[in-house]
Amino acid sequence: MFGSIFFLVVVVVIIGWVISAYNKLIALKGDTENAWKQIDVQLKRRHDLIPNLVESVKGAMEFEKETLEAVIEARNQAVNIQAGALPTGGVQQLAAAEAALSSALSRLNVVVERYPELKATTNVGQLQEELTSTENRVSFARQLYNDTATTYNVKQQQFPWNMVAGMAKAAKVELWEITDETEREVPKVDLSMKSKQ
Amino acid sequence: MSDSNLFEQQAANRRRSAILVIVFLLFFAWIGFGGDLIFYLQTTSASSDGGTGYRHVLPFFGIAATLVAAGMAWYSWRKGPKEILWATGAWELVEPASPEEKTYVNVVEEMAIASGLPRPTVWIVPDKDPNAFATGTDEKSAHVAVTEGLLTTLSRDELQAVVAHEMAHIRNHDVKLMTLLAALVGVLALIADGTWRVLWFGGGGRRGRGGGGKKGGGAPLVAILLVLWVISIILAPVVSRLLALAVSRKREFLADATAAQFTRNPAALASALRTIEDASAPTKSVKRGTAHLCIADPMGRRLTHKQGVVANLFGTHPPMGVRIARLRAMAYAHEKTGTIPEEI
Repeated sequence: MFGSIFFLVVVVVIIGWVISAYNKLIALKGDTENAWKQIDVQLKRRHDLIPNLVESVKGAMEFEKETLEAVIEARNQAVNIQAGALPTGGVQQLAAAEAALSSALSRLNVVVERYPELKATTNVGQLQEELTSTENRVSFARQLYNDTATTYNVKQQQFPWNMVAGMAKAAKVELWEITDETEREVPKVDLSMKSKQ
Repeated sequence: MSDSNLFEQQAANRRRSAILVIVFLLFFAWIGFGGDLIFYLQTTSASSDGGTGYRHVLPFFGIAATLVAAGMAWYSWRKGPKEILWATGAWELVEPASPEEKTYVNVVEEMAIASGLPRPTVWIVPDKDPNAFATGTDEKSAHVAVTEGLLTTLSRDELQAVVAHEMAHIRNHDVKLMTLLAALVGVLALIADGTWRVLWFGGGGRRGRGGGGKKGGGAPLVAILLVLWVISIILAPVVSRLLALAVSRKREFLADATAAQFTRNPAALASALRTIEDASAPTKSVKRGTAHLCIADPMGRRLTHKQGVVANLFGTHPPMGVRIARLRAMAYAHEKTGTIPEEI
């Protein structure tokens, strides 16, 4: 009698734990997907801004064709990779493509700096501000994504959580990081149009 | 800040908000029922002398005062943020027109992403002095306001750091407590002012009436109660203001640290604080009651650049030099180790 009650209590406790662990993992998965969506939105914004920028500087920069073409090419590649990227695969590829785009943009920015009259037109100034902001948003969204993804990854591998992981269809997700050493060297882009006063 | 720290902080702030409201209600109950008691003792002793005068049995004042206080607390809870924004003359920035305004809106969006909070509404205070504050009831209905002066004097990174500091107040759930404090401190100040006036001008009449009661047995009790009663009304605004200051000073350091976590750029906040500090004109559009909401003391910087007992007791903010030094130390640690320390 006493034994069976004890057994029942143990079963109830275990079932309760499994349910809460399962829900926790699902919640973490949701957080990770949500953080990923943030990055996605901001990258899309970035990709949409670039054609506008190229369009507005094109006229004044007839003889800087390669720089512009490099930007457009890097952008198109990033767009292609983004379409197939998910937290569970392709994150690092996308990170590399975006880093390449950043460096192409920074080269373009150096060129634009050489044309003060171009920078003075409000349109280009506005686009530069938008791009700066978007770069920042991407990097903040990345922080958030990496933090949530790390929590999710660690949790699903820890004992005893790993026994529930299969049930919750939890799979390891990739972090947004650049593994290639040369990509790591990319200088920080400073597109801010306002000089420090 | 780690999650458990954050939850502790948020829970502590919720607890403090609740305590604040309870103390506020108790204070009004004491003012009301205490008045009733004094009146009751006086009228009973007067009528026990054989008179058939009025006996104050039902505690009207107490019931009324408690109801009024509950109404005011409820109003402050719900409408406090709007009232504060209205009092500073801020206007909501919906369609950014100038490049500065556009940058401001962008920076707020960026910090909303960095902090993982919904985007607060964005306000501008028409004032030439650089300052900023945040208000709101919770994360979902929060407001960030900066002055025009801030937009024109700070660089993009510095503006970002200031907005991050305000978002930190929102995330740590400081805004509700600080808004409540502002509203309730304001109410107390009004009542104390009114009492002073009554004592000043109406004192003569009251003294005449009180003379009859003094013959009765309850007189010493009545006198003691009356003295306590008047003292508590007069001291309430001073005590509540000191409380507001103490509460806000502590959280400035924490908000600075959280802001550095958001931007990963403590040096920008340090230089923004330096710029704000150097613009020494007071922020005229921010009244005394809301001073503790701002990033820098709007009452001029007489106190914040000093250290010591007076600054510790009466400054709404910790000495600016200390804040800047802490942020510089953070920036140094960040450069050396690549991580932002949670607190210094």
